Amino acid sequence: MPVTERVVENLNHALHGLFERDGSVYLLGEDIKDPYGGAFKVTRGLSERYGDRVLATPLSEGGIVGVAAGLALTGDKAIVEIMFGDFIALAFDQILNFASKSVSMYGRRVPLRLVVRCPTGGNRGYGPTHSQSPQKHFVGIPGLSLYELSPFHENDAVLERMFRSAEPCVLFEDKVLYTRRMYRDGVVDDLFRFDYADPDREFARVHIGDPDDADVVLIAPGGLVDRALAAMRGLLLDQEITCQLVVPSRLYPFDPDPLLPMLAAAGRVCVIEESTAGGTWGSEIAQAVHSRLWGKLAAPVRLVHSADSVIPSAAHLERDVLVQSDTIYHAVQEMFVG
Amino acid sequence: MKLDNADLELLLLIRHFERALLELFEAGQLNGTTHTCLGQEYIPVALRTLLAEEDYVFSNHRGHGHYLARFGEPHGLLAEIMGREGAVCHGVGGSQHILRDRYLSTGVQGESMPVAVGAALHLKRTGSTGLAAVFVGDGTWGEGSVYEALNMAALWQVPLLVLVENNGIAQSTPTTTQLAGSIADRAAAFGVRHHLVRFQDLDEIRTVLGPSIARVREAGEPLVVEFLTSRVGPHSKGDDTRPAEEVERAAARDWYRRYAAAIPDRFGACDKRQRELVEQIVHEVASRPLSTWDERCLSPNA
Repeated sequence: MPVTERVVENLNHALHGLFERDGSVYLLGEDIKDPYGGAFKVTRGLSERYGDRVLATPLSEGGIVGVAAGLALTGDKAIVEIMFGDFIALAFDQILNFASKSVSMYGRRVPLRLVVRCPTGGNRGYGPTHSQSPQKHFVGIPGLSLYELSPFHENDAVLERMFRSAEPCVLFEDKVLYTRRMYRDGVVDDLFRFDYADPDREFARVHIGDPDDADVVLIAPGGLVDRALAAMRGLLLDQEITCQLVVPSRLYPFDPDPLLPMLAAAGRVCVIEESTAGGTWGSEIAQAVHSRLWGKLAAPVRLVHSADSVIPSAAHLERDVLVQSDTIYHAVQEMFVG
Repeated sequence: MKLDNADLELLLLIRHFERALLELFEAGQLNGTTHTCLGQEYIPVALRTLLAEEDYVFSNHRGHGHYLARFGEPHGLLAEIMGREGAVCHGVGGSQHILRDRYLSTGVQGESMPVAVGAALHLKRTGSTGLAAVFVGDGTWGEGSVYEALNMAALWQVPLLVLVENNGIAQSTPTTTQLAGSIADRAAAFGVRHHLVRFQDLDEIRTVLGPSIARVREAGEPLVVEFLTSRVGPHSKGDDTRPAEEVERAAARDWYRRYAAAIPDRFGACDKRQRELVEQIVHEVASRPLSTWDERCLSPNA
């Protein structure tokens, strides 16, 4: 299998392409300039080539998102990098009360091309305030779309789609995913293949070769792909449970309709995310699936998420709190008991 | 006394517009809330000739005067507040969320400051001589976004004009109990110029501020202008908890009384004209059908 680019390279190339093609694109964030290139090196090379449109900012997440919204309001396109996704809390007012409101609260559509990028997730030992998955806090805000980085979704297309929508978007990027490789040509590994469930390539689906042959459908954002695949392999080889994995590019709004035939055929659905318990994205998806497939499912939609806990720093403690592949394995196994 | 007729008409239009709103609320004919600028009308009227069409203006919760001084057209604003046909934002935004051309108001304190820095940055990058003006109150200086914005405006030298209407009271909280130090010192901490305006005379304000504002445009130097002013009316609707003598002190500074005494004939005639004009507009707008919101379903989220 040819070695494909890493996810962080794919995102970096997509940003370079965007800056190259479009002179109205700005990038704002902390420590994003070369030679540092951002805490996770996503913005490497951009300030050298497009220096005047790459603004290294003070530590002012709320202010930066506000400035970006101001640029967007005047017709520019703005991307903000929040160094750690946890810090997006500092920009919540600008996202909730200004950017997302402004697209509709003036009685007519006001285009606002703004993307807020957030490195998220744990399993890196950064501790309670640098490891969270804040996606769930942004679900259900009118005028705001949520996307997540994935090894199946080309980032130039994702960025273009977000700007085409002309409304503010948040792109969540699982930090562990950056160093993984993009999947190409329909091949995941020796066991699994992938394709897309819809022509727009919104939903990637991973299967053992026949998308219609699945005992259970797992729905998981990009950051969970590795862990889901490991669980799927074990479930197939040890338990003879065939899983299909669906990875959406956009987390919210989430339209489950293209997935309904495959969900109904499998009869079992498991939604996985790294967020801690309570008010999760998964519960939103589960409700949407239940209301459409009530009476057609063999079991209630199963939710898998991290524990109701802060995320500890020490590796052995952190591991116990966050969703791991064995968490998924056991949850899916339980769906077939009794 | 030197006072341009157009200025006097605008001052009195805003005054009677705001009074009419309070009366409509009293009569139960308005929904929600409103914040009138009684006593502060002279600020946007003075700035009218100093601001240009290419400028972005960011207004706040107390924005009717800002709007009327910019557009001179009360029908669309009143329709917006009353939810009637012809509303400038179809009745969705209401009193404190208005967008028209390069004028935008929004309801959260301090939120517009960084947004204005973004607009100012755009103006600077596109070679415009426009500026981004933001109206804030004294209470707004409690918000962290103000300082984040001032810091970036100073670092990047963008044409940001901060217009502070310091009326000495934030809703019910006297400024002396919510603001330590001074606004001047806070601006100075960022190396941002600060101009204190104590007087209400329109020509004097224009003469003094003209060159300073020109420098915002020409050199891209941010500027804070602080108007010491008085809120003659309540914070919103009949919620004034100030002692009577304090309200009277504010009323004593009111341009309305001073002009009425100084130029009684011209003032009286204009006052009557504008009061009747606003009465007619209220009558006409109130008889319109309810506003409709047609574009709500265009969101990709829908």
